[in-house]
Amino acid sequence: MKFIFRYLRPYAKGMLLGFSIKCFGTLIELALPYILSHIVDDVVPKDGRLWMILLWGGAMVLCALLAMLANVKANRMASRVARDGAERIRHDLFHRTMTLSASQIDAFTIPSLEARITTDTYNVHSFIGQMQRLGVRAPLLLIGGIFVTLIMDPFLSLIMLAIMPMIFGAVYLVSRCGARLYTAVQRSVDGMIRVVREDAQGIRVIKALSRVDREHERYDAVNRRLIRAEKRASLTMGFVNPVMNLLMNLGITFVVLLGAYRVIGGQTEPGRIIAFTQYFTMISNATLSVTRIFMIYTKSSASARRIAEVVDAPKDLAVRPESEFPPREGESFLVFDDVSFSYIPGKTLLQNLSFSIEKGQTLGIIGSTGSGKTTLTHLLMRFYDVNGGSVRIGGKDVRTIPEETLHSLFGVAMQNDFLYADTIRENIRFGRDLTDEAIVRAARIAQADSFISALPDGYDHVLAQKGANLSGGQKQRLLIARALAANPEILILDDSSSALDYRTDANLRLAIAKEVTGVTSVIVAQRVSSVMNADLILVLEEGRLIGAGTHAELLEHCEVYKEISDSQMGGAILD
Amino acid sequence: MTDAPATEKKKSGAKLLPRLLGYILRNWQLAVPALACSLVSNYLALLGPRYLGEAIDAIDAAGGVQLNVVWDCFWRMLLCYGCSAVLAYLLTFLMVHISQRITYRMRKQLFETLTTLPVSYFDTHPTGDIVSRISYDIDTVNSTLSTDLVQILTSLYTVIGSLYFMVRISPPMLLVFAVTVPISILFTRLKAKKLQPLFRKRSRKLGELNGYAEEMLSGAKTIGAYHRAETVTGQFDERNSDAVNAYYDADYFGSIIGPSVNFINNLSLSLVMIFGGILFLLSRNGTVSEASIWFLTPGGIAQFVMYSRKFAGPINEFANIISEFQSAFTAAERIFRIIDETPEAPDRENASALTDPRGDVALRNVFFGYTPEKTILHDLSFAARPGQTVAIVGPTGAGKTTIINLLMRFYDADAGEITVDGTEVRDLTRDSLRLAYTMVLQDTWLFYGTIFENITYGREGATMEEVVAAAKTAGIHTFIERLPEGYQTILSDDGVNISKGQKQLLTIARAMLPASRMLILDEATSNVDSRTEKKIQEAMAALMQGRTCFVIAHRLSTIQNADLILVVRDGDVIERGTHEELLKQGGFYASLYHSQFS
Repeated sequence: MKFIFRYLRPYAKGMLLGFSIKCFGTLIELALPYILSHIVDDVVPKDGRLWMILLWGGAMVLCALLAMLANVKANRMASRVARDGAERIRHDLFHRTMTLSASQIDAFTIPSLEARITTDTYNVHSFIGQMQRLGVRAPLLLIGGIFVTLIMDPFLSLIMLAIMPMIFGAVYLVSRCGARLYTAVQRSVDGMIRVVREDAQGIRVIKALSRVDREHERYDAVNRRLIRAEKRASLTMGFVNPVMNLLMNLGITFVVLLGAYRVIGGQTEPGRIIAFTQYFTMISNATLSVTRIFMIYTKSSASARRIAEVVDAPKDLAVRPESEFPPREGESFLVFDDVSFSYIPGKTLLQNLSFSIEKGQTLGIIGSTGSGKTTLTHLLMRFYDVNGGSVRIGGKDVRTIPEETLHSLFGVAMQNDFLYADTIRENIRFGRDLTDEAIVRAARIAQADSFISALPDGYDHVLAQKGANLSGGQKQRLLIARALAANPEILILDDSSSALDYRTDANLRLAIAKEVTGVTSVIVAQRVSSVMNADLILVLEEGRLIGAGTHAELLEHCEVYKEISDSQMGGAILD
Repeated sequence: MTDAPATEKKKSGAKLLPRLLGYILRNWQLAVPALACSLVSNYLALLGPRYLGEAIDAIDAAGGVQLNVVWDCFWRMLLCYGCSAVLAYLLTFLMVHISQRITYRMRKQLFETLTTLPVSYFDTHPTGDIVSRISYDIDTVNSTLSTDLVQILTSLYTVIGSLYFMVRISPPMLLVFAVTVPISILFTRLKAKKLQPLFRKRSRKLGELNGYAEEMLSGAKTIGAYHRAETVTGQFDERNSDAVNAYYDADYFGSIIGPSVNFINNLSLSLVMIFGGILFLLSRNGTVSEASIWFLTPGGIAQFVMYSRKFAGPINEFANIISEFQSAFTAAERIFRIIDETPEAPDRENASALTDPRGDVALRNVFFGYTPEKTILHDLSFAARPGQTVAIVGPTGAGKTTIINLLMRFYDADAGEITVDGTEVRDLTRDSLRLAYTMVLQDTWLFYGTIFENITYGREGATMEEVVAAAKTAGIHTFIERLPEGYQTILSDDGVNISKGQKQLLTIARAMLPASRMLILDEATSNVDSRTEKKIQEAMAALMQGRTCFVIAHRLSTIQNADLILVVRDGDVIERGTHEELLKQGGFYASLYHSQFS
């Protein structure tokens, strides 16, 4: 909650004004039943003048009108604060999310970050609004109502004071219980959806194996479980209204009974009893609202905490001083010096890896899935810090290079990389300051220009989310174009030509070699043909380097490499 | 493509309502008591204010407080309110049961219909959409049926009941409503008209924002690599401000509602007081006789105020309920659209079960299209003798999977015939035909359950030894053994880290178990890297041994040994023969084969 207040501080003045207006409106509303009792008890029996009734009645209408205007005004001011506050919170959250380090993203996980940006900020937004609206009105009605009734008749208001905690307690208890039960419902819903989703995807297998009856049973089980959970939750929540009404009506009943004795004793008047029933309704409703605020508060403070966790996450991967990792003169351009790394402590992924290549050379990396190929490129870009050894570019340890400078060196196309719903041009440009010529040139080198130009709106063709309206090979070519477009010093292609047929793949490599001069390339691949022309090929297995050299050297000395190479002969792709 | 034009037609509420009511009527044993509960409970709740008024009049009586009347009223009120609360809960109890029965039934119907639909339904309808129908839409319909319907009935009753009581107290006072009810109706109509588009816009903008955030988050690491956080945040900010502004617009207009409803209530209270005060005055000083309809007591005023509140409640809610009904109809339409889909045609009456097949499969002059307008297979003929391997190759979209769909009878051919052991497949039961095949697909389908359950899915009752043997042959046994829970490890999306290749090996192990005579491999090893593929080639060979096999593959190396290779392009077989024959022909196949060496 402190977190939310931090964001609301700039609006303190406006909020204060809003609160005052709200108080004013609420207090006026409180006056209505008071006037009512005045009319019944004093004006009619004692005064008896018609115009006095009209006058007091007019006062009631006026109060009602003022209360409305004040409440509308205050609500609107509250909405504005909520809007501005939520906008800033969401901005900061998103910005921080986008600048989290890779290991922080892994730790939070993407779905969780997504929920924080969407659901949690929404909860906080509505909380800021409701807190200002209900948070003032309900307690004020509650306290004000009690105060007025105490003045009118302290004895009768004792009934109210006795009933109120019961209403609050009952509603709060039931809602708390209900919240827990609804969590159980949600879990069961997830279970049911999983079966539907699974079966929708596996319908061919299910039908092929004639297992439809079994799936019916499986679904029936989750359906029943869900129904049971829903029943329990609804039956519990169903208590709220009857109990609430009963308690309220009981209160009114007792007010009438005790009121009768008070009238006999001359301590009160009949009109007061009518007014009391009005206050009773008002206060009961206020009690309900206060309970609701409590529930909203609990939910939103959890959300606020989740947002704060991200926004206040410490800056990871700070730039280290050169005194700690002194630069070296006159060594190769890219150097991995005895590098070890693990994502999870104890489970080493890369072990004592050492190699180097010169500027303008090409490095090929090959190995089976899970052998650490991608991790190696991540260390080069410093998504993560090494556990031992060092990674150096141009003699400088990557840990001493400011993030922006470091990342500006690279053009990257990662595995299953990111395309988004925008034009092809923007997907290649990716928010950078690039000319259209540079984009077209990059696309041409990436062998993408021909298929883009064949589209009816060419480079302005809008992609579906994740580029779903493109084939795998087309996606990969766009990503490569993006990587090339800014003339990077180091080009990283991580398994990014696997969907291309042999001919296109060969043309791509040829074009890069011919048109992109001076670039140092790192190519990760499954296919031998993609790396066979590299100056240095690394063969990785379970995080260890089991072979390094040129294609010819490896064929001679590296058993695994030869095996991979052999297995791929005759493996033409027919798509 | 299975959507018949007839079901596309928009169904009107008039047609949907009886159908929906049908669900309730099925539960009439619960619905009738529920209705009774609702009526009695509301009647009792309406009686309460009457006794309250009587009590106040007894307190305010001319000759001093009539204590015995007050006590009498006290007990009656206690009884009324007590019983009303109990009945109200009983009503909830009944309605919850009704609604859960309906929900259960709807979900069951929907799901079981889904499983009878042709497989293409799932190709053309996104899973997310199906899921939202079976969860969100059913919930919407159900809450309307169970809550709003009762609410309408009871509020109708409350409106009429309180009107009746108010007439009995003082007919002239009803004039107050001549002022407030039109205001209230105008207001709710205005609200519905203005506010709903604003709320829709608010959800839409929020949806756009969430979509953008989701999309960008999926690329968070790339954005980091290109250092584009600022740019992306800038674009996010635009959507963010759109979203909060849409929220604000809805709020801005919505902020009128609460205070205005309060105002209408308060206005009605004030008018009742002015008018009632005057009548009370006239009654008190004797201008109006007790028998006149203008006569009014303070108790009458108190009663009237309480009834007017009960009267106003449903009227304020009316517009809301109407709009909820509209959304329920939309949801019901979406549900019924699936339930009314045409299922796969049932087996022929005289269809026989395929027992112990030899595996002799033939297609003769087969034509097929998913829609009448677009024929995919034209005049396709080929035959596979028992134990032979037929490979089908060709670019994506050529119709390879369609052939499989016909073999498995996921679809029936439009013309021509398909026979197994000489019997036309339409004269066989679907289940027996499908069980005669074993299928391994590119989409590795595993469900939430243990590895053991997933492997035995193909043949229930398989022993642990058989499962282990199958896993060993598929080359996945060592991996499974290394998992902490071994074969009892539960496979789930988020749980064990299992790669695509390993998933595929599990489905191959699953295919090892059934002793069927025919085998279909549809890109079965596409997710396995080339070295692993080499390792499981023996397993695949064992699997294919002695069975009639249909193999779809895009790696040429997997199909070189086939007895017959069909090269398919745009639904036509453009070349056929063995590997050597095709190379000799020097056609499309040969050019593809040679391209890898150039």
